[in-house]
Amino acid sequence: MTSTDKPPVLVVLQLTGGNDYLNSVIPYTDSNYYDSRRGLLQISEDSVLQLDDELGMHPVMGPMKEIYDQGDMAIIHGVGYENSPRSHFRSMDIWHTCEPDKVGTEGWVGRAIRDLDPSGDNPVTGVNIGQGLPRAMIVPGVSVASVADLSTYGLLTSIEQEELRTTMLQRFTNMYGQAIGTGPVKEYLGQTGLDALKGADILKGGLGRYSSSVEYASDAIAKALRDVAVIHTADVGTRIFYTAHGSFDTHASQAPAFDKLWTEVSQAIADFWDDLREHDADDNVIMFLFSEFGRRVRDNGSGTDHGAAGACFAIGPRVKGGMHGIYPETRPEALEQGDLVPNQDFRGVYSTILEDWLDLDPVSIVNGQFEQPKFV
Amino acid sequence: MASKEDIALMAHLMRRAGFGASRDELEILVDQGYEKTVERLVDPPEDVLGADQDMLYRYMPSLETGGPNPVPGATNWLYHLVNTQRPLEEKTALFWHHVFATGNSKVDNDNHLTAQVQMFRDHGMGSYRELLVRVAQNPAMIFWLDNNENHKRAPNENWGRELLELFSLGVGNYTEQDVLECARAFTGWTIGAKIPRSPWHRFSWHYEFRPEEHDFSEKTFLGQTGNFDGEDIIDIILQQPACSRFVVRHLYNFFVADEPQVPAWSIEPPRNPEAIELLSKIFVDSGYEIKPVLRTLFNSDFFKEAMYQKVKSPVDVVVGTLRLTGDLDGPDPRLVKLSQEPSYMGLALHDPPSVEGWHTGQEWINSGSLVKRVNFVADRVSNVDLPGVQSIIKRVASNGTNGAQMTPEALVDRCVDLIGPLEVPEQTRRELIAQADDDGPVSWSTDEEYANFSRRVGDMLALIGATVEYQFA
Repeated sequence: MTSTDKPPVLVVLQLTGGNDYLNSVIPYTDSNYYDSRRGLLQISEDSVLQLDDELGMHPVMGPMKEIYDQGDMAIIHGVGYENSPRSHFRSMDIWHTCEPDKVGTEGWVGRAIRDLDPSGDNPVTGVNIGQGLPRAMIVPGVSVASVADLSTYGLLTSIEQEELRTTMLQRFTNMYGQAIGTGPVKEYLGQTGLDALKGADILKGGLGRYSSSVEYASDAIAKALRDVAVIHTADVGTRIFYTAHGSFDTHASQAPAFDKLWTEVSQAIADFWDDLREHDADDNVIMFLFSEFGRRVRDNGSGTDHGAAGACFAIGPRVKGGMHGIYPETRPEALEQGDLVPNQDFRGVYSTILEDWLDLDPVSIVNGQFEQPKFV
Repeated sequence: MASKEDIALMAHLMRRAGFGASRDELEILVDQGYEKTVERLVDPPEDVLGADQDMLYRYMPSLETGGPNPVPGATNWLYHLVNTQRPLEEKTALFWHHVFATGNSKVDNDNHLTAQVQMFRDHGMGSYRELLVRVAQNPAMIFWLDNNENHKRAPNENWGRELLELFSLGVGNYTEQDVLECARAFTGWTIGAKIPRSPWHRFSWHYEFRPEEHDFSEKTFLGQTGNFDGEDIIDIILQQPACSRFVVRHLYNFFVADEPQVPAWSIEPPRNPEAIELLSKIFVDSGYEIKPVLRTLFNSDFFKEAMYQKVKSPVDVVVGTLRLTGDLDGPDPRLVKLSQEPSYMGLALHDPPSVEGWHTGQEWINSGSLVKRVNFVADRVSNVDLPGVQSIIKRVASNGTNGAQMTPEALVDRCVDLIGPLEVPEQTRRELIAQADDDGPVSWSTDEEYANFSRRVGDMLALIGATVEYQFA
C-alpha cells in the first residue's frame, strides 16, 4: 500500500530471453563461481560492484547498485518453478499465465487490470509499451492500450497531414457514435472504436503536457521507459505498465551482449526514476524486473545456455530494499541438469506485488497460494 | 456487362471462400459465372497452382528451419496466403488450423506446425475420416495433446477428450467413460524419437505405433463393444449424427455467418438449423467428403444472403488488404515483418492460445486490435504507389461524369464501390461525403491535378477502411 492518496502503480519490465542470474548478481566469494565461469564470462573479484559480503553486481550495472545502496531495491533470489522445460516460449507463457502444467489462457496482469477496473471505465488502466500485447495482459473483455511508440500512437497515424487527420478522426467519432442502436455487434464495435479513440487522446494528451530535464538515451528501453514516465506523470489513471527488453538469450558472445543490455537497462532505469522524482511521482510506483529463466552455471565457452532459477528485482521508494530469499546452491552436486535450483515460486513473488502493493486478492490471479517474500 | 448485384455477390464469395478480389478479377469471374467460379474454387484444375514453396526456400532458405521461433513459419504461411491461386484450399487449411488448434508455444518446433498446415492444405477438402486419422497421427498434435504420454498401463486422456469434445462430436454427445475408452484405443499412437539436433538442421518427429504401449483389450465406446483401436473409434464417431452436425456447424461459422462461441454450442442452437440439417445430410451421404458440402454451401441462398454477417478475422484484414493493394509477388523479405501483423490483431499464426482455438466473430475486436486493424488498412490503401491502389484510382477516374471532374458524392460512391464493394448506411455515407466536401469537387485534367486527385482517393479509401462496416466481411 502507498502511504499517500495516490493509487499504487506497477511497472513490469520483462527481460526477454533468460537473464544470466549468475553474472547479474555475482557470488564473488564463491569458488564454484570461479570454477564454472571462465575467460570473459568470469567477473573478477576486484571489478564486481559489491552489494554486501557475498554478492555483488556486474560492473556495468553501476546505476542499479546505486539504487540498491539507497535502499530502494529488493533482490529476490532463486525464483522459478518446478520442472522448467527451459524453453523460451513455454517458460515465458508460464510466467505470463501462471499455469505450469497446461496451456493457460488468461494473463496475470490482465486479471489484475480486470480486478482494478472491473467495469472497464478507463481504457488506459493497463498500458503495454511495445508491439502487440504480451500474453500476460490478455484476458477476454479486458481492454489494454498497446503503444509501440507514444509519439506516433493513435488512429490513422499514416495520414501525415495533421489537419486532414483531425477531420478524419472527427468523422470516425461521428460514424462510430452512430453505430449505437444498430444491433449488438455493431454497437459493440461502435463503443470499442470510441474507447480506442478516447484512450489514444488521453495518452497523446499526456505527451503534450510532458516536460522534463532528464535526457534519456536513444536505445529502445530508454524510449520505452520514457513513454511510461510520460504517461504516468500525465496522471491519466494507468495502474499497470508493461514493457520488455532483450534479447538476453546469450548462448554465444555473451560478454559484449550482456554488457550492452545491462548498460542500457541500468541507465534507462536510473533516468526513469530521476524523471519520476522530478515530477514528484515516484512514491506510488514499484518497478518489477523478471526473466523467464536464469542461465546454466557452467559457461559453454562463449556464452551460457538455458538455466532454471533466476533473480527478480523490485525497485521503488516503498520497496523493502535488500536481499530476499536464499541464493541457490552453486556446488555441482546441488545443481539440477547443471542449473541453479529454484527455491521461490514466481507466483509467490507475483502474490506479494498483487496483495501487498496493489491490494488485490492474489489467489484467484495466480491460481493458488504460494510463499510470499516480504519485499513490499 | 456485369451488374452491381453480380459484382457484389462475387465479391462476397471471394471474401468468404478466399481473401477477396480486385475489381479486375471480379469482372472476369462474373463473366465466368457464379456456379463455375464456385466449382473452380472447390475443385481447382491442376494448372491452377498454389504458392511455390520451393521458390520461397530457394530465395529465403532460413525460413525452412524449425525451432521455437514462430516467425519463419508465419512468414512461410503468409507467403502462401498472399500468393496462392487456390484461395479456398488455403482458407480451408486456415479453417482446420482453427479447429485442430495446435500451438507452437508448446510444440516449440515450428517446422512441425508448417508441416501440419501443409497437411491441411493437401487433405483439408477431401475425406474428413482420412483427415481425422492424419491428425491423430500428426506429430505436432500428438505432442500438443500428450498422446505420446498415453500408455496402456498409464493412459492420458488429453487427446481422447479433445478428439470428442472439440474435433468431432461436441460437448454433450459422449460420456466421461467414452473419453477414457477412447483414450485407451489410441494408446501407442506416439512419436518416434528425433535424431539429436545437429548445428545445421532440425530433424523431424515422425509418427510411430508402439504395440507394447497399446491396449489391445476390449473397450466399450458410444454403446459399441470391441477391441477398438484409434481408427475403429473414428469410424464409430462418424456413425453419430452429432458428428456431421458439429463439423457442419463449424463450417457454417467459418464460411457463412458468425455463430456464438463454440463452448456455448451445447446450449445455444444454430442460427440456421435448416442449413445445418441440409449440409449435414450432404456430408453424411457423400461419405464425409468436405468438397460436396462446400459446393452446396457456396451455391445456397443462405450463403448468398449472408453478406457482412461475419467480422473479419485478422487474417482477412491483413491478407485481404495485401492482395487488394498488390506489390508482394513471390518471395519477398518484407513478408517477415508483415507475418507478425495478424498477431498484433489477436491471431498469431501457428500459435492459438489453446486447443480451443481463437474466439472469433465479435471477439476479434477490442480497443487494441481495432486500432491495429484500422491503421494497417489505412496505411496500405492510402499508399498511392501500390499497384492495387493505382488500379482503383484509375477506375475512379474513368467514371468521371464531366470528363475529368467529379462531385464529392460521386467520389465517395466510387470509392465505396471499388474498395469492396461495401454497403454503408446513409449516415456513414454522409460523413464520408462531408470529408470529401472539405476539399471541394475533384478534378484531374493535368498531371499535378491527377497527383492531388490520387491522394484524395487514397485518403478516402483510408477513411472507408476505418468504418464500422469495413470490419465485416
